[in-house]
Amino acid sequence: MAYDYRPFPYTAPPGLTAPEPRHKVVIVGAGPIGLALAIDLAQYGVPSVVLDDNNVVSVGSRAICWSKRSLEILDRLGVGAKCVDKGVIWKVGRTLHRDAEVWNFDLQPEPGHKMPAFVNLQQYYVEEYLVTRAMEFPDLVDLRWKNKLSSLTQTDHVTLTVETPDGPYSLEADHLVACDGARSDIRGMMGLDFDGELFEERFLIADIEMQGDFPSERRFWFQPNFHPGQSALLHKQPDNIYRIDLQLGWDADPEAERQPDRVIPRIEKAIGHRDFRLDWVSVYTFQCRRLARFVHGRVIFCGDSAHIVSPFGARGGNGGLQDVDALGWRLAAVAKGHDPAILNAYDRERQHGADENLLNSSRTTRFMSPAPGAERMFRDAVLTLAAKAPFARPLVNSGRLSAPCTYPSIGADDPQLPTLSRPGSVAPDAPLPQGWLIDQLGREPILLAIGQPAPKVAGLKTLELAPTPQLQTRYLGSAPSALYLIRPDQIIAARWLSATPAVISEAAKSIWKDRT
Amino acid sequence: MSLVTNPNLKAPDTAYAALLAAHKGMTEPESQALNARLVLILMNHIGDDAVLAEAFDLARSTG
Repeated sequence: MAYDYRPFPYTAPPGLTAPEPRHKVVIVGAGPIGLALAIDLAQYGVPSVVLDDNNVVSVGSRAICWSKRSLEILDRLGVGAKCVDKGVIWKVGRTLHRDAEVWNFDLQPEPGHKMPAFVNLQQYYVEEYLVTRAMEFPDLVDLRWKNKLSSLTQTDHVTLTVETPDGPYSLEADHLVACDGARSDIRGMMGLDFDGELFEERFLIADIEMQGDFPSERRFWFQPNFHPGQSALLHKQPDNIYRIDLQLGWDADPEAERQPDRVIPRIEKAIGHRDFRLDWVSVYTFQCRRLARFVHGRVIFCGDSAHIVSPFGARGGNGGLQDVDALGWRLAAVAKGHDPAILNAYDRERQHGADENLLNSSRTTRFMSPAPGAERMFRDAVLTLAAKAPFARPLVNSGRLSAPCTYPSIGADDPQLPTLSRPGSVAPDAPLPQGWLIDQLGREPILLAIGQPAPKVAGLKTLELAPTPQLQTRYLGSAPSALYLIRPDQIIAARWLSATPAVISEAAKSIWKDRT
Repeated sequence: MSLVTNPNLKAPDTAYAALLAAHKGMTEPESQALNARLVLILMNHIGDDAVLAEAFDLARSTG
C-alpha cells in the first residue's frame, strides 16, 4: 500500500515573541542525518534545535539500502530493531549482462552478527522512526517544522534568521550543523562549492507497487533485452513496493522522461506486465563531489551537504550516518566544554571516508556509463568475457556496496592481531554467551580484555571476555589474548597483546584529542 | 618481478603470425574489441600490478 504521509505539527517557535537564549547546537535539516545527529546528541544529554523547511518525511523511497554499519548505528540510536523488522533483509547481489548472470556477491557470508548485511527500507520509514524516537527526548530535541533558514553569519557563534508561517525570527547557536542535503542552502549562503566530477548521465528512478514473488536480492542488468544498450537496477522494498532504476542516456530530457505516459511503458517492458501502480518517479544526474573541508569555524557539514556520490553503492545515506557516528560524541563533548579542536578529527576522518566513497562511486559510474572510445570498449570487453571467463567477473562493477572505511593513523597496533580489527576499523560484532558484543560497545570508551584480566585504569570502563571461536577469528587470530581500546563510536582506537595501565590511560586520553 | 623487455618469445615470427591470424577477417571495430579482450586476458595472466604499471608506462611512452 502507499505510504500515508502525515504532516508533523508546526508550532510557533518562542523566538517569534522574545529572544531565545543561545543554543548549544542548531541542526538544519530533519532528514535521516539531521534526526540521527539530534538523537545521538540527546543520548549524550546535549540539547539541540532541529529546523526543517518542510513538515513531512521524504517523498519517495530515496535512500533505501541500509548497511550493517548503519543498522548498528541506528540500533544505538534506538531504532535498529524497527528498521530490521520492517525492512527487506538481503545479502546477495546478482549482475546480469543481457539476460544471463555474469557475477554475484554475498555480502555476509558468515553468521555471528546481530545485524544483517543490508536491509531495504524506504527513507520515509527511517525518518518516521527517527522522528518518533526524537520525540522521546522532549527536553533535548526541539523539532521545528516549517522553519526555514534564510540567512546566517558567524563570529564566535552563529546567528541565524529563520522564516516561519508566522514570520521571521532570529536564533543564536554555538554550533550549526548543516544536514540540509545535496542542494544545501547553507553551502550556498557560505559561498562554498563542491570539487569533483559531474557525470553526464541520466537515470529514471521509480517506486512501483505490485504483487510479486521476487527474491530478496539486488539485481543489476547491463544492456538488458528489455532496455537495450542501457542498464537497470531492481530492489525489493517493504509493502510490495519495488524500486527500479533505468539508465536513460546523457541526452534524455528529464521533464519528458518523468511523465507517466513515458515511464509506464518503460517499466512494463522491464517487469513484463502492466499490473502495477506507479508510486513515485524521479530523474537524476550522477555527481561524485565533495566540499574541500567539512568544518568551517562553527558551521559543520554532515551527510549529503558535505559530499554526494552516485547512488549505486548505497554510499549516500550510509556515508551520512557514518558522519553522524564520527561527529556526535565529539560535538557532545564540545557542547560540554571540551576543546573544539577535536572537531578537526571529525573533519579529517570523514574526508577520508568520503574520498573512499567517492573513489568507489566514480569507478562504478565509469563502468556503468563509460565515455565513448577506450572506456566503452574495455567495459564491453569485460562484460563479454565475464560470461565465459571467471577472471573477468570481479571486474564487472555494478556498485561496490557501502562498507565502513578504516580511519588512518589511529593508535597503537600489533601486527600479530587480525587485519579486520586493526585500529581505525569498526569493532567487529560477535555473539556473546548473552547477547551481542556490539551492544556492549560505544557511548563511552571501553577496554576489551579478551582472554586476559583487564588492567585497572581509573575512569575507564572495562569488559573481560573469554575467547569464543568468533572472538578468536575476529580479535585474536593466532594470539592467546589481547586488549582492545574502543571509542564511543565503536571504532577501535588501539590494541595490544598486553599493556600497562599507564600506556592504556595515555591512549584513552588521546581519543579526546585532535592529533594532526 | 619486473617487466620482461628482452626477447621472450621462442618463435617470434610464429607468435606474430598467430596474432595476425586472430584478427583475420575482422572489421576495424571488431579488431579493436578483440584487442581489448586480449589486453584484459593477458593482464589477468600477468596478475602483478607493478609489472602492469611498467607495461602501461612503456606503451604510453612509445606511442
